[in-house]
Amino acid sequence: MSENFRSLETKFLDKTNRISFKYNGKKYYGYKGDTLASALLSNGIHLIGRSFKYHRPRGIMTCGSEEPNAIVQIGGTGSFTEPNVRATEQEIYEGLEASSQNCWPSVEFDVGGINNFISPVIPAGFYYKTFMWPKKLWYSLYEPAIRMSAGLGKSPTQPDPELYDHNHLHCDVLVVGGGISGIIAASISSDNGNNTVLIDDKNSLGGSTIFQDDENFKINDEISSVWLNNQIKKIKNKKNLIIKHRTSLAAYHSYNYLLARENLADHKSLNERSNKLRQRLWKIRAKKVILATGAIERPLIFNNNDRPGVMLANSVKKYIDYFGVRCGNKNIIFTNNDSAYETAISLNKKGINVSIVDIRNNSSSILVKNAKDAGIKIYWNHTVVNTAGYRRIKSIQIMKMSEDGTNVIDSKINLVCDNLSISGGWTPMVHLFTQSGGKLKFRDSDQVFLPNVTTSDQISIGSCNGDFELDDVIKNTISECKNFLSLSLTDFDLLKVNCPKQKESKNIWLLPNDKPLGKTKPFLDFQNDSTAKDIKLAMREGFRSIEHVKRYTTTGMGTDQGKLANMHALGIISETAGVKMGTLGTTTFRPPYTPLTFGTIVGRNVGTFFDIARKTPMHAWHENRKAKFENVGQWKRAWYYPMDDESIHQAVQRESKAARESAGILDASTLGKIDIKGTDASEFLNRVYTNAWSKLGIGKCRYGLMLNEDGMVYDDGVTTRLDENHYVMTTTTGGAANVLSKLEDYLQTEWPELDVWLTSVTDQYATASVCGPNSKNILKKLFPKVEFNDENFPHMSFKNAELDGINCRIMRISFTGEHSYEINIESKYGKSLWEKCMDEGKEFNITPYGTETMHLLRAEKGFIIVGQDTDGTMTPIDLQMDWIVSKKKYDFIGKRSLYRSDTMREDRKQLVGLLTDNPNEVLEEGAQIVQDEKKQPIEMLGHVTSSYFSPNLNKSIALAVIKNGKKLKGQKLLVPMKDKTIKVTVSDYIFFDSKNERLNA
Amino acid sequence: MFIITCPFCGERDQSEFSAGGEAHIVRPKQPTELSDDEWADFLFMRKNIKGVQFERWNHAHGCRKWFNVIRDTSNDKIHAVYKMGEKPPTK
Repeated sequence: MSENFRSLETKFLDKTNRISFKYNGKKYYGYKGDTLASALLSNGIHLIGRSFKYHRPRGIMTCGSEEPNAIVQIGGTGSFTEPNVRATEQEIYEGLEASSQNCWPSVEFDVGGINNFISPVIPAGFYYKTFMWPKKLWYSLYEPAIRMSAGLGKSPTQPDPELYDHNHLHCDVLVVGGGISGIIAASISSDNGNNTVLIDDKNSLGGSTIFQDDENFKINDEISSVWLNNQIKKIKNKKNLIIKHRTSLAAYHSYNYLLARENLADHKSLNERSNKLRQRLWKIRAKKVILATGAIERPLIFNNNDRPGVMLANSVKKYIDYFGVRCGNKNIIFTNNDSAYETAISLNKKGINVSIVDIRNNSSSILVKNAKDAGIKIYWNHTVVNTAGYRRIKSIQIMKMSEDGTNVIDSKINLVCDNLSISGGWTPMVHLFTQSGGKLKFRDSDQVFLPNVTTSDQISIGSCNGDFELDDVIKNTISECKNFLSLSLTDFDLLKVNCPKQKESKNIWLLPNDKPLGKTKPFLDFQNDSTAKDIKLAMREGFRSIEHVKRYTTTGMGTDQGKLANMHALGIISETAGVKMGTLGTTTFRPPYTPLTFGTIVGRNVGTFFDIARKTPMHAWHENRKAKFENVGQWKRAWYYPMDDESIHQAVQRESKAARESAGILDASTLGKIDIKGTDASEFLNRVYTNAWSKLGIGKCRYGLMLNEDGMVYDDGVTTRLDENHYVMTTTTGGAANVLSKLEDYLQTEWPELDVWLTSVTDQYATASVCGPNSKNILKKLFPKVEFNDENFPHMSFKNAELDGINCRIMRISFTGEHSYEINIESKYGKSLWEKCMDEGKEFNITPYGTETMHLLRAEKGFIIVGQDTDGTMTPIDLQMDWIVSKKKYDFIGKRSLYRSDTMREDRKQLVGLLTDNPNEVLEEGAQIVQDEKKQPIEMLGHVTSSYFSPNLNKSIALAVIKNGKKLKGQKLLVPMKDKTIKVTVSDYIFFDSKNERLNA
Repeated sequence: MFIITCPFCGERDQSEFSAGGEAHIVRPKQPTELSDDEWADFLFMRKNIKGVQFERWNHAHGCRKWFNVIRDTSNDKIHAVYKMGEKPPTK
């Protein structure tokens, strides 16, 4: 391992900035600008991890985001650790710690490697087929064992301490990809007055042209990399061009809405990045989008093509020409096209031993001629049939191919090597184009899917549009951009480009072998360990659709989303099924293009910013009184107020008794309040509530029930007539926004002729509800000028009043069944109103109570809570609330639905009361109710909706919805629980003060 | 995520709006005179087509106004936006 593979000078790295990092606990060195992959390769390390299923040793294969094998865990065990990071993308920094994944005890010796030897008996679908029986072993044995041996990296166990941000960005033109075509496009766009943004996922621009030193590639008589380098210098000074490095496009949605992840800190040491943003998610809205996302090289599919040291040819070229790292001392290139010859020539020029195996008969390309002239040995019309070497490739065996390419002939030749660079041609990166809704076409000549039809304002240029040769790339980039941006001239119009042209091409998806397929391991998806065999097996078992084959074999389902695998899977399916590839279609390309961390997705929306918390003006008082809170929608409502060491049960029992015996006070500020004004306000209420409203006098209140058009209960609340044409409606806490939206809908769309205006005033008023036999005495002290006798201020009526000169609205209404008042005051006085009530109520032992006690008190009275006792399938008739449904009104929302055959069924679930035979036994809300436990299948009659121990009745009470419940009064039913069965009797649903005598007490 | 031109406020992000289903389904003026089937037709039946569809949208986090949108559901292209009560533009 001591050999240094960084043999060459390179202008792309800062050689003065040497960096140390740790890999699997051992210290290594690299340079600023290295990726983890290039740094490891420079230290002679190819073996990175073990494969997902067979635990085969795997090495670095590529130099970019398509990497299937070289995925590592970054960071130790602390909160900064991150699994599944591609070593080919991670830049090294001082102190970086990386380790191999999916291996135990070490990547060199991995126990799971046994899977490789039993691989013939674990083909695709093995898990589905094998671990079905006996069923109960799944949870106890199969799943834990499979999860132990499979799985990728380890998730962090502590909260992510780093900062993430979301930003919006608007631009005229967004160019995605900083290769040569993207740079030309960004240059043309910004030169012509467009605010342009260029994003690129690497730390420097230039794509693969920036390290193209071959003299065959020239632009305006300069070597292409030199010309491009000058262009990059020029665009850096353009005023209306923003360039974003280390920014990868994650998603491309309709209407040119794109998400990009900018990496701000992952290349910095932990000291440098403290308290700074790690990543930023850009939400980009671009008028026009130019995709220049390039192409990735295809592997070749042959036996044992997955050993460490097997790499893509163009990546090997990048490692030598960009990073100055040779991937081996004895290289073999295995190709079906001319482009891999660039790698061979590059290696040869640097004095590195290289030979070529080509499946074609010959090629007349200038590159091939140069290779021949350089004396590079070429094996024409040969294919690799096997490779050897466990932790690193040691040799390959090649054989001559038959005339038609379906078989191999003659004897095997053994070639020694420590690197095998493979090239199966190129695949345009059309992911983003299809994400945006674009449709693809298939080009038979080189077997590629290309952008075809799109509805977005976008173009694809360069190799992602199927141009693989420099002259085509430049010529078409310029003409496409001119057309797209409506230009007649650009600075690039007269460029002179020279480059070699691809000559003879030959494509074989699955290369022939001397052994039957069953005895070989030609890997397609390196990350998920699926082979050509698995694809054929899936097809034999009847899978035809690419989407089904994908899921059955898991091909393309790794974190690389099959960037290398998918084309070959399609190719083998089309060959096997005898179907044209163009008609097969592709699997769906889904965002994100490369994995995002959760931190980037959520940005600042963590902790208290995760969701809005709405607090009432009295909130601080409740907190001070050590109230426990419950979430109701976004509201924090006081749930109960424990004293000393009280449990919730003890607190609620105390609060409930106090409210009925003397006085209680509830913060009701969260109830929705809608101000209704207009000459048709009464008519409007007539139409939205089930009961009649025209005759409600000014200063009176009425309870209303609101249905959906399907006849099901939607909301309820008390509405008060403040004036001739002025009402204030209350809604449930959770339903407020929906009710307002529904009312607006009807007003604007169905009844635009009504003169009615709706305003939400929920936040404008604070409400204290004072109840109990002494409530009147407290109110008298608070409002000495108001007469509180039953004649002047009866139940269900309203008075304006003043508290220290501040206007209040007092409604005498009750949700507890007690004599009760709701005092509404401008929000900012809410807390002082509350404190005054507490002061004046002190002599009456006024007791603050929370939502739990409120629920208990109303349940004693049989008042429903919409959303607890109803679930969107309950009509007022089901709730035994026939009394509130007007027979006289011609129409109201939902009326017609109450007469549908289904809603009129008598055996619907209906609201009833339940009493347990043992009065101390409290039912669980949600518990199922049955009649006969032994009947199979057991018949569910309904369920418990509300259940409490009532301190005022000294027994357990419950509300439930039960099939045909109205007729079951007095009947014995059963509530089976996990460890016992509770006997219950159906009762009336009003348990307490059924004559409403306490309202006027 | 698309852009909707609210007829009252102008171009806004889709996140400001909420969808209200198929447009031009008028609530019957005399529901009680309808048969169960006719009422069910109003209540439940929606076309939900792939292609050009007439829809209701509400500028929920803006002016709260309801309006109509002609949208191609296959590619989210919006062909026209018009106010409640107006006739759909003919093309």
